[in-house]
Amino acid sequence: MHQLTIAEIILGLRRKVFSSTELTRHLLDRIQQLDSGFNSFITVTEERALTQAKAADQRLAGGEAPALCGIPIAHKDIICTSGVRTSCASKMLDNFVPPYDATIVEKLNAAGAVTLGKTNMDEFAMGSSSESSYYGPVKNPWNTSCVPGGSSGGSAAAVAALLVPGSTATDTGGSIRQPAALTNTTGLKPTYGRVSRWGIVAYASSLDQAGPIARTAEDAAYLLSAMAGYDPRDSTSLNRPQSDFGKGLNNALTGLKIGIPTEYFGEGLNPRTAACIQEALREYERLGAQLLDISLPHSKLAIPAYYVIAPAEASANLSRFDGVRYGYRCQTPEDLRDLYRRSRGEGFGEEVQRRILVGTYALSAGYYDAYYNKAQQVRRLIKQDFASAFEQVDVIMGPTTPAPAFKLGAKSADPVAMYLEDIYTIATNLAGLPGMSIPCGLVDNLPVGLQIIGNYLDEARMLNIAHRYQQATNWHTASAIAV
Amino acid sequence: MAVDTQTVEKLAELARIDISEETLEEVSHRLGEVLQLVDQLQAVNTDGIAPMAHPLEEEQTLRIDAVTESDRRKEFLALAPQTEEGLYLVPKVID
Repeated sequence: MHQLTIAEIILGLRRKVFSSTELTRHLLDRIQQLDSGFNSFITVTEERALTQAKAADQRLAGGEAPALCGIPIAHKDIICTSGVRTSCASKMLDNFVPPYDATIVEKLNAAGAVTLGKTNMDEFAMGSSSESSYYGPVKNPWNTSCVPGGSSGGSAAAVAALLVPGSTATDTGGSIRQPAALTNTTGLKPTYGRVSRWGIVAYASSLDQAGPIARTAEDAAYLLSAMAGYDPRDSTSLNRPQSDFGKGLNNALTGLKIGIPTEYFGEGLNPRTAACIQEALREYERLGAQLLDISLPHSKLAIPAYYVIAPAEASANLSRFDGVRYGYRCQTPEDLRDLYRRSRGEGFGEEVQRRILVGTYALSAGYYDAYYNKAQQVRRLIKQDFASAFEQVDVIMGPTTPAPAFKLGAKSADPVAMYLEDIYTIATNLAGLPGMSIPCGLVDNLPVGLQIIGNYLDEARMLNIAHRYQQATNWHTASAIAV
Repeated sequence: MAVDTQTVEKLAELARIDISEETLEEVSHRLGEVLQLVDQLQAVNTDGIAPMAHPLEEEQTLRIDAVTESDRRKEFLALAPQTEEGLYLVPKVID
C-alpha cells in the first residue's frame, strides 16, 4: 500500500480494496520501523491519525466524499496544528503547542485528509540541506550519507521513503523545489498569495509560500486543489477564482513554447545534471513543444538580493520570539534585557542568529538605502526579466539545483556555499512566480530535478506540462526504497 | 567585507541576541562573508528603479471593522512561560 500514489489510493478507497484505517495503520507502522534511518518526522500523531482515518472511512461509506478523504499526509513542522507541537525545528518552539490550525490544515482536514505527523526541516525554514534542525539532520532516502535538501527536507524525505504519499511544505527561496529535486519527488511552489500563509510561522513574509510535495504532478494537483484559495485572514492572499488544478492534466503540449535561460546553464552547473536536463528538454520537443533561448540577465543578482530581503524580513518576524508570551525562556534572567538576549541566544540556532544579525544590519540606520532599498530595486529588475521572457514563451525550464545531493556536513561550515544551492530557485520567489521541480534523471543513483517556472497563476498549466512528461517517462516512479 | 567585533556586538544588542565572547570572532567572520556576497548589489545601476516590496504589487486589502475572532485569551496565556492573574510575567523592569 505504501507504494501507491494519491490517485491510486483514491481509487483503492472507493473500490474498498483497503480502508483508510488499514492504510493509516500500515504507514504508521512503517514510520515507526524505518524513520529512525531518515529522521523525517519530528512528531508522529498516531492516535489523531487513526481517529481521522476512522472518520474518513465513515464518510467514504456514506458516499459523497472529497477526493482527499482518507488520504494520509504529513505537515511541515512550520505549519500550525491545533493541539500538536509546532516546533519549526527550533529549541525556541520545542514546547509550542498552538491552539489553532493554519488555514491549509483546516482546508486539508475539511477535505478528509489524515495527518500522520509533522515533518523535520531546517530551523525556521532557513537552510538548503535540512541539517540545521534542533532534532538532528534529515537524511536522504536515496543515500543516507547525503542531505535531502532543505528546508522542507523532512516533507520530501518522508514522501521519497514511501512513509506518506504527500506532504505540505513551504518555499521561501526554493525550499519545496530543491528538496523535491534531491529526493526524486514532485514539488510545487504556487504563485505568491495563491495559498494562505495564515497559521504558518513567518520567515520572510513577502517570499514565503506553501505548496505540496508528492510523487506525481497528478497527486500535487489533488493536494493543491485542497490547499489553495482566498483567505480573508491573510492580507496577502489573492482573491482570484479558484482552479481545479487536475482538470487539464492531459491537455496536449503541441505548440508549447519553452524558454531556456542561458544563465541557468553556465558555470557552476554539474555537467551530468545538465545532461539530464537537456534530455528532459528533448523529451518535451518530442511531446510537441518548441524550445527558445531566453535571457534572464539579472538572475545572478537573485542570491545577493535574497540575502538582504529575507534576513531583513526574518529579523522583524522573529522578534516575536522574546521569551515572554510563548516559546523558550532562559533560566533565572537578571532583568528584561537579559531575558530577551539569553532566551534568543540560547533558543535560536547558529544560522537563524546569523540571518537575524544580517537583517538587523541591512535595516539599521545608515545601511538601509545601500542594502534593503537597493535589494528591493534589484528585485524589480529580476521581475522585469521574467515579464520580458513571458512575452515570448509560455514556461521557462532549467535545472532545479546545480548538482545532485551533497554529503551531510559538506557545506555546514560554509554558509555562502550553502546559499548557492538555491541559485536557480530564488529568483521566482523574489518575483512571486510559481515554480515546480519534477524528477528527470539520476546521477550516481542520486536524483536530478527539472525546474518548470510558470507565469502568475499558471499552476494548472504547469501541472499539465509536468503530468504529460510523467506520462511519457518513468523517472518519477524510480524509488529510493527497494520494497 | 570585514565586520569588526564591535559592530557585531552592536548588532547583537539591537537584535537582542546574546553572543558569547568565545564565538564573537567566528560570528564576525561569517557575517563578513555574507555581507561580501550581498555587496555585489552595489555594482548594479538602479537609478530610477522603484523598490518592489510585494511580488504582485497588490494593494493591502482593508477588512470590515468587525470582530471575527473569538476571545481565546486563556488559551494564549497558557502558552507563556510565566503568567499571573491574566498577565505575562517578566523580571522586574523598574526598581
